Amino acid sequence: MSWLRLILLSLLLASPLSHASDNAIFDQGVERLKDSNFNIKLQGVEAIATSGHPDAARLLGHLLQGELFYRKQDQKLVIGIKDGRRYQIADALSAEALGIVKKRELEKIRLNNQLRGQIRSAIATLNLSNPDASVRLDGVNQLLDKPDPNAVDVVRKQLAKESDPAVIEAMRTLIALEDLKADDTTQVLAAIQQLSGDLRPAARNGLRYLAEQGADKQTTQAARKALAAIETKLQLNELTETLFFGLSLGSVLVLAAIGLAITFGVMGVINMAHGELIMLGAYTTYIVQLLMPNHIDFSLFVAVPAAFIVSGLVGIAIERGVIRFLYGRPLETLLATFGISLILQQLVRTAISAQNVAVENPSWMSGSLEINAVLSLTYNRLYIIFFALLVFIALQLVLKKTALGLQVRAVSQNRAMARAMGVRSAWVDAMTFGLGSGIAGIAGVALSQLTNVGPNLGQAYIIDSFMVVVFGGVGNLWGTLVAGMSLGVANKFIEPWAGAVLAKILMLVFIILFIQKRPRGLFPQKGRAVEG
Amino acid sequence: MHLFKAIRRLTLTITVSIGLSMSAMVQAADTIKVGILHSLSGTMAISETTLKDTMLMLIDEQNKKGGLLGKKLEPVVVDPASNWPLFAEKARGLLAKDKVAATFGCWTSVSRKSVLPVFEELNGLLFYPVQYEGEESSKNVFYTGAAPNQQAIPAVDYLMNDIGVKRWVLAGTDYVYPRTTNKILEAYLKSKGVKDADIMINYTPFGHSDWQSIVADIKKFGSAGKKTAVVSTINGDANVPFYKELGNQGISAESIPVVAFSVGEEELSGIDTKPLVGHLAAWNYFMSVEADVNEDFIEAWHKFIKNKKRVTNDPMEAHYIGFNMWVKAVEKAGTTDPSAVQQAIIGITVPNLSGGYSAMMPNHHITKPVLIGEIQDDGQFEIVWQTAGMVPGDAWSDFLPGSKDITADWQAPLSCGNYNVKTSKCSGQNY
Repeated sequence: MSWLRLILLSLLLASPLSHASDNAIFDQGVERLKDSNFNIKLQGVEAIATSGHPDAARLLGHLLQGELFYRKQDQKLVIGIKDGRRYQIADALSAEALGIVKKRELEKIRLNNQLRGQIRSAIATLNLSNPDASVRLDGVNQLLDKPDPNAVDVVRKQLAKESDPAVIEAMRTLIALEDLKADDTTQVLAAIQQLSGDLRPAARNGLRYLAEQGADKQTTQAARKALAAIETKLQLNELTETLFFGLSLGSVLVLAAIGLAITFGVMGVINMAHGELIMLGAYTTYIVQLLMPNHIDFSLFVAVPAAFIVSGLVGIAIERGVIRFLYGRPLETLLATFGISLILQQLVRTAISAQNVAVENPSWMSGSLEINAVLSLTYNRLYIIFFALLVFIALQLVLKKTALGLQVRAVSQNRAMARAMGVRSAWVDAMTFGLGSGIAGIAGVALSQLTNVGPNLGQAYIIDSFMVVVFGGVGNLWGTLVAGMSLGVANKFIEPWAGAVLAKILMLVFIILFIQKRPRGLFPQKGRAVEG
Repeated sequence: MHLFKAIRRLTLTITVSIGLSMSAMVQAADTIKVGILHSLSGTMAISETTLKDTMLMLIDEQNKKGGLLGKKLEPVVVDPASNWPLFAEKARGLLAKDKVAATFGCWTSVSRKSVLPVFEELNGLLFYPVQYEGEESSKNVFYTGAAPNQQAIPAVDYLMNDIGVKRWVLAGTDYVYPRTTNKILEAYLKSKGVKDADIMINYTPFGHSDWQSIVADIKKFGSAGKKTAVVSTINGDANVPFYKELGNQGISAESIPVVAFSVGEEELSGIDTKPLVGHLAAWNYFMSVEADVNEDFIEAWHKFIKNKKRVTNDPMEAHYIGFNMWVKAVEKAGTTDPSAVQQAIIGITVPNLSGGYSAMMPNHHITKPVLIGEIQDDGQFEIVWQTAGMVPGDAWSDFLPGSKDITADWQAPLSCGNYNVKTSKCSGQNY
């Protein structure tokens, strides 16, 4: 870590004067980056970091992002930003734009984990004096993960100049962590005071070390107390986290099952190809992304209606072509739709590929919303919870507020009577099945963001879907929502102590027992329709 | 004497004509059949289709070189459709009906276990190209993939010594390979002084996609202030959502690296590799290995498959080695008779694709180098570490109490796949 000390030194010496003279070190460092040997690259990074050059942090940032290349023809170091299949390049030092080139004209500067770690801590230290507060905060947080006594000295000096409250807080934590090791009891107690209630793992580990290994009775006692306070807070956060995981799993179950709640629940058709309709929705997302490679961020907004139409049409075709001849013969329907599911799988395998396909996550679906140091909610799950609720509400509106919905309910309650009233029951059947299938397609779009898109995607969800619908009560959308959410949450609360495999088995056993007791599910249908 | 002459002439004509017709028959049957037993449909088609193509390419190349023993090789491709009982059925067909000289195939351990009795009963030869859990050595099977000591143990050594890992998460899919491998690793880690509290073991079902709680647990486990790593035997496509969740929850390869034994170039091709960059994989071959023989192989593969984007991977190399070993053994024995080839193949050495030489050992496993690579954003691996020399495959792990004293040696006079050194007895069971 001697070179880190050098960085700090150059920082403390306030660099404006040193540019010109340090350029040699900087240039040498840049030159070394082009070497294929990682040890030489490491020296290069060290040289750049210690050079005090104003561009050092920026250059290392690009290197870390994998945006630093050299041009093969003249060995010039360039920053390349991917633009479709080509790269927009600019001079790495002067930032002068150099046009757009093909990938093969560039050679990437490759990194390994050791280098990435070194670059990160170098940038962190360089960033402590960055004018942007969020960058400074990042720098301090980096140092919190990898404490370094020399960096702490710099932080102490910077603290006086710091104005941003969040950065001050982080800096105080960092200093307090270092102070835990001090000899002076009052200093240690003050540090403990600062750290108590801090959820960062570094604070917890520092306090735990003191509580277990500390020599002074007074300080160990204080550390223990602070730790206990943190533990209580942690437990609350864990509970929230598990609840979120459960709701997210539940929303996936609801999405997968809600289409089935219509075809199976309302129409009474056992559709084993339901999973494949979900799969078709996921593949539609893939094809939409293929068609608009430069607008991945918007692709999902196109994919949702597209998947609804594709799966809906396939559903209508299945209903018109096969199922309508089999109404009232559940066993034959089951076998026929199972056959259709195999045909659809093999169709995708032959037409596209047996391999899984890559569906990209839009940038707004990646990453997580950080609530505090231990609790963060991943965006993709968060959006899918909202999406599931949205689909549910939309479906309720369709069934309750539109003419189609009225007819669907009429036919499902009493077919003969509905026909007598002039409802074209065959047309309603086709539309209902299409609606359920279309919703399955939409579920496929959501699932493509969470799991693998491949020919077997549907198989993984068919059992779960039936489980949710049966548990919730056949023919009841609210039942599906409540059943999906409660199964998800229960699963996630069991998982930590039973493991993922056993949790799933326990859920199935529970449902079997439940169905024994209440064969019509959570929300049984009432009235004469039940008999039909 | 005319009569005699006439009879003599007649017999001569008959003999000649019989001889001629026989030679015509021989001409028709004058190929050596090679069985290819890989799933071309069903769940395993993802991985196994590539191996079928690899075998077709290798056979095609050998035929261009003039075949084997003056005869052409003829591939017999069957599709066991990822269905374990069907594997046994198809294997029986290959051996009894098609009379193949050798079979190259299987991917999952359960499919290998399913065909094993068939190959032993009909005395066939099976070349098995995938890394597996060990604890097996059959007279009729040649294991060209890695045994645990050729993949898992060196990877753990690397993490322990070079990265300084102190806390271990052993995460796997719930079936025989991860369970056995993790049992071996747990015993190994404990022998190195790692405490129970520093090992976390986790199993998930096949195709698991909801990794939220597990990744959150790993994060918690890794926040105890000691360097933590995940050793992953998670199988196949469950990996993608796993790495995605790691990325989304902000776990980078620098904070908690994941070393995987089932993630290779083929698995990475066609997926979004951003969340995986920097994580590790341990194999005996990477497409990025710098060796002339590898360049040639990749070039030949691209030409054969007519697609420059297709990647090569470790099981393909295993077939390359296995096929060349079989060819050399047949040449040495002068016949394709399985018993003769079984004897001849032990000790055969052929080039592997990483620029060295692999040898078939008496326990029917081979010697291989062990490489560790970091995943790059183009789906390739940057090799960060490799063993100094070749590592011989160990059929029976030294770290499991039940198999410590067992060795396999198919040479006379031992000729046993399950020989207990302590009791000096061959259990007679071949698996």
